[in-house]
Amino acid sequence: MHCGMCLPTCPTYETTLKERHSPRGRIALMRAIAQDQYQIDQNFAEEMDYCLGCLACQSACPAGVDYADLFEVSRADVERAKIHRSTLRKFWRWVTLEQLFMRPKLLRIMGRILRFYQKSGCEFIVRKLKLVRLLPPHLRRLEPQAPRISERFSNEFIARVEEPATVTKYRVVLLTGCIQDLSFAQINRDTADVLLFNGCEVLTPSEQPCCGSIHSHNGEARLARENALALLRLIDPTSVDAIISNAGGCGSHLKHFQRLLPNDPRAKIWDQKVKDIHEFLSEINLEKPQVAPFNKQVTVTYHDSCHLLHGQKVREQPRNLIDLVPGIRRIELPESDWCCGSAGVYSVTQPEQSRLLLDRKILRIRETGAEILLTANPGCHLQIANALPELKLMHPISLLAQAYRS
Amino acid sequence: MNQSRQLLEEFCEIVGEKNVLTDDADLIPYGFDGTAALSSRPGYVVLPGSTAEVAACVQLANTHDLKVTTRGSGTGLSGGSVPEPEGLVLCLVRMNQILEVDSKNLTLKAQCGAITAKVDQEARKVGLFYPPDPGSMKISTIGGNVANNSGGLRGLKYGVTRDYVMGLEVVLPNGQIAKLGNRCVKDVAGYSMKDLFVGSEGTLGIITEVLLKLLPIPEKRATLLASFPTLEQGAQAVSAIIAAKIIPCTLEFLDQMTIRCVEEFVGIGLPTQCAALLLMETDGHPVAVDDEVTKMAEIAKRHGAIEVTQAKDEEQSLQLASARRTAFSALARVRPTTILEDVTVPRSHLAEMVSFIDTLAREHGLTVGTFGHMGDGNLHPTFLTDERDEDEMRRVHLALDAIVKKTLELGGTITGEHGIGLAKKGWLREQVGEASYDLMRLVKQSIDPRNLLNPGKIFD
Repeated sequence: MHCGMCLPTCPTYETTLKERHSPRGRIALMRAIAQDQYQIDQNFAEEMDYCLGCLACQSACPAGVDYADLFEVSRADVERAKIHRSTLRKFWRWVTLEQLFMRPKLLRIMGRILRFYQKSGCEFIVRKLKLVRLLPPHLRRLEPQAPRISERFSNEFIARVEEPATVTKYRVVLLTGCIQDLSFAQINRDTADVLLFNGCEVLTPSEQPCCGSIHSHNGEARLARENALALLRLIDPTSVDAIISNAGGCGSHLKHFQRLLPNDPRAKIWDQKVKDIHEFLSEINLEKPQVAPFNKQVTVTYHDSCHLLHGQKVREQPRNLIDLVPGIRRIELPESDWCCGSAGVYSVTQPEQSRLLLDRKILRIRETGAEILLTANPGCHLQIANALPELKLMHPISLLAQAYRS
Repeated sequence: MNQSRQLLEEFCEIVGEKNVLTDDADLIPYGFDGTAALSSRPGYVVLPGSTAEVAACVQLANTHDLKVTTRGSGTGLSGGSVPEPEGLVLCLVRMNQILEVDSKNLTLKAQCGAITAKVDQEARKVGLFYPPDPGSMKISTIGGNVANNSGGLRGLKYGVTRDYVMGLEVVLPNGQIAKLGNRCVKDVAGYSMKDLFVGSEGTLGIITEVLLKLLPIPEKRATLLASFPTLEQGAQAVSAIIAAKIIPCTLEFLDQMTIRCVEEFVGIGLPTQCAALLLMETDGHPVAVDDEVTKMAEIAKRHGAIEVTQAKDEEQSLQLASARRTAFSALARVRPTTILEDVTVPRSHLAEMVSFIDTLAREHGLTVGTFGHMGDGNLHPTFLTDERDEDEMRRVHLALDAIVKKTLELGGTITGEHGIGLAKKGWLREQVGEASYDLMRLVKQSIDPRNLLNPGKIFD
């Protein structure tokens, strides 16, 4: 089926108007490779790098093509074909995919180092003295985007087991994530608070493996599988009512462990239990917040994380949740379903296209005149915060938590 | 090859290097359109940005005897923009501007690559609309629509693309730029050449600009959904509505297979147990609309409708029409290869045709989903198959032959809106007869004596 309904939803097709930069075009290349009419080459590798993996095409496809799977398989095939030869690229993949995002302890150590660098005054000095110039060009460009590291990581202020004040209605596991844990640990605290307020016993293992989505999205299926197995070892899905994710980008991957482990019966149960926090809250009898979180009426707008909207089909739940909070007026964000350009590590690997999308997103946000931007994914959060430092950004769950606390 | 390097350089000079594509990774995606099982690999893909560039490209192609296939978004359903092997694809999607909306004269001028949905959107900003609404409108280009004389859901009442083309700018096979038609409502100066180019499937000229007629947005619109226990009863209800001298805006039909696929995708609560669903839309003056709604609901019930419901607001109306437009693509959920037919019969023979297709599918052991513009007799029986299954494909072609034969027997046409392209060449002569066929070839030979533009399409 090549009807082309995906084309108008594809950001890269819109930018270039070239067929190969569209989902239909990419699938045509994949099909040609499968039929031996073409082989994986530099062009194909670059093409799959240029694809955001935003899955807007998947939402638009009436035929139900599973582009997410095709995308991951293609990127894995490209790695296997060893097309990319750059040593620098190999190095950074080794540092991130094989080390940092396979070893939670190591990731936290890096986090602490970065935190010290940021809070001790070192960063200030380095920037003031323009020592950033000493960095190689690709790092120099990225330096300003470096995420702010949280005061405390999740395990420092969320206990392994937390009981609700009232009767326990549900038993859930809270996944703390990687970037979420390092930069936005407070969001994890807020998520735990909201769950507790709603009668959940919250289990939060203090050290959690990466969900593996960064590995799957970057052609390392084997490493993704390892992370999936590590999570299954850590958490028994049959022992809880739900496994909660509050990061759109992770949640999408977490629901497809069956793809990675087709013969593992635990994977099937795991996939069924994983819920995005908004999804979970919409399925239980939610405690409606009675008090406004701020001392005046505040206008907000909500940006859809691609992997929450397109990947998990969670659209109405966050909006409904926000609408429940008193003292909040929500304006629908035009093009809320259009990618912000964060797309995992895309802002690092494809800075130009990422910037194009970010600029467009900023324009739409500004047009709403909202005082707060709500988004449920750390990648989007960082991407937008970098460009709009003066705008307040929150996770919808933090808004709810604040309302509960008022 | 020296010649091709020179050719490439000359193309680059006309359109700029980044708009000339020659790598396999670039060429492969332009090798097909929306039609199943048809593809080839072009030699060059060029994306011009203006009429002047198109003309220059055509002249260059002429000099080198390079065959040219024009392309918009490549969503055609008869292979019209499948390229000539090693030929040139002129892809016009960069020429996508809406040039002018004239609310005094009720016209809109656009470049050929403007997306049809955007044309309608721009018109609506001034209280007007562009009626032809093909299923592909979100992505197909107005130029492509004109080249195929596309229809759409509103065709029953509002007609087809041809009815809205007031003027065209075309690049002729010799590179000349011709302006056809006029902004005036009436014009009989010379032959109506624009009508020749509408529906010419890129074989006579390259449409670069269109001047369209717009209509005022109707005051009210109402949408009805009627479910039927059998296909025949649904078809009979349609015939009865027309016989009662009601011309609703839309009278669309979906069979159970189609409803299920569409519902799986859109999830708006379509009834999936009935054998046939009629989507009926009426628009116009509120009093007329209410009257037609009542009459159509009554006729539907008289012909055995299980349930007749009305869309509660504009949003739901749009949702239903949008859902119907996904039918062709949604059917791919069943089997990967969808071979869509486009036969049209006189409305009085609708029920007979629907029945015939159903029986035929069973006889040949094939899966068919049928939907379409029942109101104008234009059915889309869609074979759900797998192009890798050679035996099944053979049976599909036998069935297609039988459908065509029956259609022609009933005085119908092999293609109501998708065009001949590559897919239906075999049957054209049979349908139109010797004299008509020879006349068409004469026209082609006069306008394009070197057979430069889209060779092998419509006829050889």
